[in-house]
Amino acid sequence: MAKLNLNREPMPRQDPKVRGRNFNEVALGYTPEQAQAEASRCIQCPKRPCAEGCPVGVDIPGFIKALQDGNMPEAVKILKSKNSLPGICGRVCPQEMQCEAKCSLAKKGAPIAIGRLERFVADWERTNQEALDAPAPLPQSTGKQVAVVGSGPAGLTVAADLAKLGHRVTIFEALHVAGGVLMYGIPEFRLPKGIVQNEVNYVTSLGVELKLDSVIGKISTVDELLDSDYQAVFLGTGAGLPMFLNIPGENLNGIYSANEFLTRVNLMKGYRFPEYDTPVKVGRKVAVVGGGNVAMDSARCALRLGADEVYIVYRRSEAEMPARREEVENAQEEGIQFKLLTNPKRLLGDKENWVTGIECYKMELGEPDASGRRRPVTVPGSEFVIDVDVVIIALGTTPNPLIASTTKGLETTGRGTVVADAETGKTVKPGVWAGGDIVTGAATVISAMGAGKQAAAAIDAYLKES
Amino acid sequence: MYKILLRQDLVPDIHLFKVEAPAVARKAQPGQFIVIKIDEKGERIPLTVADWDEQEGSITIIFMEVGATTHRLAQLKGGDFVENFVGPLGVPTHIDKFGTVVCVAGGFAVAPIKPIARALKQAGNRVISIMGARNKNLLFWEDELRSASDQLIVTTDDGSYARKGLVTEPLQELLESEKIDRVIAIGPSLMMKFCAKTTEPFGVKTFVSLNPIMVDGTGMCGCCRVSVGGETKFACVDGPDFDGHQVDWDLLMARQRIYLKEEKCALEQWQAQAGHHS
Repeated sequence: MAKLNLNREPMPRQDPKVRGRNFNEVALGYTPEQAQAEASRCIQCPKRPCAEGCPVGVDIPGFIKALQDGNMPEAVKILKSKNSLPGICGRVCPQEMQCEAKCSLAKKGAPIAIGRLERFVADWERTNQEALDAPAPLPQSTGKQVAVVGSGPAGLTVAADLAKLGHRVTIFEALHVAGGVLMYGIPEFRLPKGIVQNEVNYVTSLGVELKLDSVIGKISTVDELLDSDYQAVFLGTGAGLPMFLNIPGENLNGIYSANEFLTRVNLMKGYRFPEYDTPVKVGRKVAVVGGGNVAMDSARCALRLGADEVYIVYRRSEAEMPARREEVENAQEEGIQFKLLTNPKRLLGDKENWVTGIECYKMELGEPDASGRRRPVTVPGSEFVIDVDVVIIALGTTPNPLIASTTKGLETTGRGTVVADAETGKTVKPGVWAGGDIVTGAATVISAMGAGKQAAAAIDAYLKES
Repeated sequence: MYKILLRQDLVPDIHLFKVEAPAVARKAQPGQFIVIKIDEKGERIPLTVADWDEQEGSITIIFMEVGATTHRLAQLKGGDFVENFVGPLGVPTHIDKFGTVVCVAGGFAVAPIKPIARALKQAGNRVISIMGARNKNLLFWEDELRSASDQLIVTTDDGSYARKGLVTEPLQELLESEKIDRVIAIGPSLMMKFCAKTTEPFGVKTFVSLNPIMVDGTGMCGCCRVSVGGETKFACVDGPDFDGHQVDWDLLMARQRIYLKEEKCALEQWQAQAGHHS
């Protein structure tokens, strides 16, 4: 048996100094040779622990075997049979906590770079359509119709899976493009919008109808959908409502929610103002409050817009940061400054209502709290001011109350999330399923896709019975 | 894509579009707004609905040429299309039988006021409307608002038509001369602020329709946050109607100025391009 290779093939990336000033993708993707080299490290162990770590059940050893054999069309087929959005997952899934964490090699060295290989296969498919077999014909229609509310990762997954089973699916999307957080939230340099639209196009190629500009709760209620053409409704509206700090000065000019800032930059392409009509304030000194992936995305966007200095202001220490390790490292490499154990007290402004500074407390870590992380405790008398002209609040999001408030008989929690069965996504309201951030609160793309997959199976079973 | 069924130039800088949007027309109510985006590069801007026709499947909007986007919008003609048209958004104006209601419209806000006045009248209220403009050339829909109301008072700042003065003057007189049960004021922020100031000593509930900057219009971004009664609200989902006596007007007006510099830059660029093409 060949000796184990415990070192992964490095991912080519744009130089930090260069990429900090452009919106092009940071990770450049494997070359065929690099992909081959990385795939060849996989020992095809019989226990297949990696596949257990995948929320959508991708046959990971199977597609890697096809890569080892140089059979790209087969790799595409295996991957796409379970995952309709591989180009997205290969880029933004936290593989290090999922499939890669379970890889047999992880015990001794670096696990197989499953995410990078997934991305390689997805990118190969996009650029080698002619080498692929004609897509399987659409199945015969079951005559059943499903309405999917929201076109983010959960909604796209439900829609694709149900369409593959012969159901007619209509997706209702509130914004002017499909993709949800993949379009408005995650920046171009981490997830190019062309990749997202390519995968949306794949979903519509399965016969899924996409209705943009359609706010459910306004043009139709969920009950009206169920009373009209649809036998089932899936709610995948995500967690779109931004949280604020609720401290003095938060409505000063120059203070954004991360949602607003990222929407202006990514969805509305504010980084190309005035070619695109939507402006975004380019700060000189920008502070981003929060320690998650959205905070990292916001900070790195602010840098790319041309800010001189960008700070992450986070009340705990680096060890407690919820952001992916890789994103923290990317941000640090690009020169984002981390002001840790720092918690905003109030925002200071000038007479024109523009923000000029954040007054912060120094914090220290105390006993572990409910989340298991050490609770940050204010150091008395430690106040100091960071001079800023733009502040971005990235504290997380909660579900938009519109659906819950306009739908009879849905159960919601105090956090505004919709109550749904963990295995099937079924809500207490007959004919209605839900999955993704609307159920869990803000989480990951892949967990939303996993929930979508489970709900699709449950909806299919329900439609067959009815 | 949404077809512009009809375009009317009400006054040189104020235009009416009737846009084909049957799903929106089925649900629109007084006081709600739509978000329009011209094309791929366009920004999303909110406009309050001026009317709707369920049968025809159309929504009527009225806009004034102010910045780059509204200038660009004004280039479109009947038969042209806009890429996106979303609605009806926001909470509808609260319509009930209040008694005597005064509806005040400043500038092109006669557009959103008309369906509100009409609904209030249909609900059994006595509706007195006041419409004001800087001068005669900026007045439109006088007959429309008259027929939606029991009584109409028209003012112009310069006295070039009807009564000379600001809308707050006849409002003050009405409050002094009879029992007014509710006031609805829509127009520029300063005008709404002064209408609220006028009614406050009389203790008459006064609702205003706030127009902060918005992006998505569905509660997602928080750009439109306003302070009402000391609490932060999102105008797009909690409003746009709020109690005018509780609104922090200075904050609203400060936040409306966030992009002054960028708006100027965009307008200059547009004017340079438009000049180049003509």
